Amino acid sequence: MHVHRLERIWMTFGIVALVIFLGVLGTAAISEGIVPPSHIQTIDPTKVVTTPPFNNPGLRKIGENEYEAYILAQYPAFTPHEISIPAGAKVTFFTTSSDVVHGFFITNTDVNLMVVPGWVSTATHVFRSPGQYLLLCNEYCGREHHYMYGTIEVR
Amino acid sequence: MAMTHVERENQLPLAYVYTATGALVIGAVFGLLQSYSRAKAFTAPAWFDYYRMLTAHGVLMAIVFTTFFICGLALFMVYRAVPRERSLRLGWSGYVLMLFGTLLATWAILSGNASVLYTFYAPLKAHPAFYIGATILVVATWFVLAEVLENVAYFRRTQPGARLPLVVHGVTCTFVMWFIATLGVAAEMLIYLIPWSLNWVPTVNVMMTRMLFWYFGHPLVYFWIMGAYLIWYNVVPVFYGGKVFSDGLTRLAFLLLLILSTPVGIHHEFMEPGISAGWKWVHTMTTYGVVIPSIMTAFAIFASFEMSARAKGQPGFIGVIRSLPWGNPAFSGAALGMLLFIFGGAGGVVNASYSIDALVHNTMWIVGHFHVTVGGPVALTFVGAAYWLVPALTGRKLWAPKLALAQTWAWFIGMLVMSTGMHWAGILGSPRRTDDVTYFGVAAAHAWMPEMIAAAVGGTILFISILMFVMVAIGTRFSSEVNDQPVAFAESEPESAPPPAAFDRIYAWGAAAIVLAVLAYIGPIHELVSLHPYGAPGERTW
Repeated sequence: MHVHRLERIWMTFGIVALVIFLGVLGTAAISEGIVPPSHIQTIDPTKVVTTPPFNNPGLRKIGENEYEAYILAQYPAFTPHEISIPAGAKVTFFTTSSDVVHGFFITNTDVNLMVVPGWVSTATHVFRSPGQYLLLCNEYCGREHHYMYGTIEVR
Repeated sequence: MAMTHVERENQLPLAYVYTATGALVIGAVFGLLQSYSRAKAFTAPAWFDYYRMLTAHGVLMAIVFTTFFICGLALFMVYRAVPRERSLRLGWSGYVLMLFGTLLATWAILSGNASVLYTFYAPLKAHPAFYIGATILVVATWFVLAEVLENVAYFRRTQPGARLPLVVHGVTCTFVMWFIATLGVAAEMLIYLIPWSLNWVPTVNVMMTRMLFWYFGHPLVYFWIMGAYLIWYNVVPVFYGGKVFSDGLTRLAFLLLLILSTPVGIHHEFMEPGISAGWKWVHTMTTYGVVIPSIMTAFAIFASFEMSARAKGQPGFIGVIRSLPWGNPAFSGAALGMLLFIFGGAGGVVNASYSIDALVHNTMWIVGHFHVTVGGPVALTFVGAAYWLVPALTGRKLWAPKLALAQTWAWFIGMLVMSTGMHWAGILGSPRRTDDVTYFGVAAAHAWMPEMIAAAVGGTILFISILMFVMVAIGTRFSSEVNDQPVAFAESEPESAPPPAAFDRIYAWGAAAIVLAVLAYIGPIHELVSLHPYGAPGERTW
């Protein structure tokens, strides 16, 4: 089968571009640990509200300007739905659902998680600039899905 | 007057194409209302809320319109490329069952019993009629597959040693790929969702249903694209008197799509728990792999344009553009669709890019992306192709070709405006699948409104385009002028070195596709099973 010279050049260009993209993503993954959130931890969705730590959701200080936030996604609300932290705070979010699938997305950050009943999802973010961040459910969860949101106040 | 066998045969693809058109029109009404709702220009009534419309829009557009059109197109292509007196029993059985499944699922949606969107993510628990109807719709397409394969067998039996016609080769790859993909959703429905929706089992394994859905969900996208590629490679060159750039490379592109479309689905699940980052990386690489046949296609399409222009003595970029039949709405639909695919393809690479997906996952960016892919290159190619297909099937000349031409441009402009607004809104953080994105006036949400208004303007132009399409369709139905254009499919120049014989062994490639799919999923499924995840009981939250 004959492959035209120009097509060889075009295909080489295309495939090299893809390899470079993969190289960038792979390098970031290995050297900086930048990988998609892939936490693997199960939890009984029917007992979430009585299972620690989600029986007492909220913000915990664990170090110098370092926090853990346990947030329960329960249709159609996040609990707690307001948290306040100082600028520069490093926050690790843990979230799970007691009912259907939800989303956990903080706008203007890379915190973007699927919240699946039976599983705990987690992501860490450093909030450098002060202001109000919007936490919203970005997966359809029911008729009042658009009321499911919260705010993160960075002082 | 008795119908000839060709006239009788034509009724089947026509039934598919008309049903697809019906789904497109109903889906478009909901689409328009959704874009107005997000722009705060319309509030859905309580008795027919936004999410019910969104489910209907998604199912009717993404599943019903596309599947019916591709089935009709495939049968037409195979019937014309392999002419014979044939029994239509298999094809009509498929059509009747698909229609029945569609009506059942549509009833469940419109009556408010299945506001679960077109991805029907468990544990949102819809009425069993929705799952059963959707399963019948999908599984009944196997009748069309059987019809295609029966004709391939007939061709090989009656013309031993002859190469399968190029168009039949492409159709066969498309439907073998589709069969492998639909096994995933059939398993999801039959093993998990249907027994659970009937309350035979108390809970459902949520992550397993999601993995099986996306095992099907991404090859579904490639099923649409292969439908458009069938037209781009085999039909569009006929409009400008051109040739297929390369017979062998066309066959190879379809074979690569057959083997690489399935082992990629986890790139839809990058943001999910329960799947380790390593498996997500494997699916990132395979997703990049399936870009390769599209890069080949981009070259082949433009090379075919250029070869034809040179043959007409019009070299150079401007010469090529000027030599193309822009007055033919079937050409302009496909060509404008190709232009939109440049944006769609580039955006797709962003979405597939592993960690970068965190910036766009489940935002309006994704909605912009699939409107500039399935709603652009695919749907606009199909709508344009209908201007060639329906006259060929009915023998009636296309009514008001200028209106049809304007329709394709309106679609192109509307889609550019709408998808640009959607993409930008997504970059700013606006979520998809959400009725009201004002969040009680939270400041972060203010920036999205101009983009939502742009999307509504684009949606309006698109809706007008669809009304124009309906006018042309109705006009053509009652047109008394006779269409006497013969149907032909494009061929390549005779090649000095013919493509390898292995390119005709489609079933061997199908077996390789199954092996790749198993390799890509056995690890993540084993990981899920070994963790003994808890079942979720499910709820009706609408």
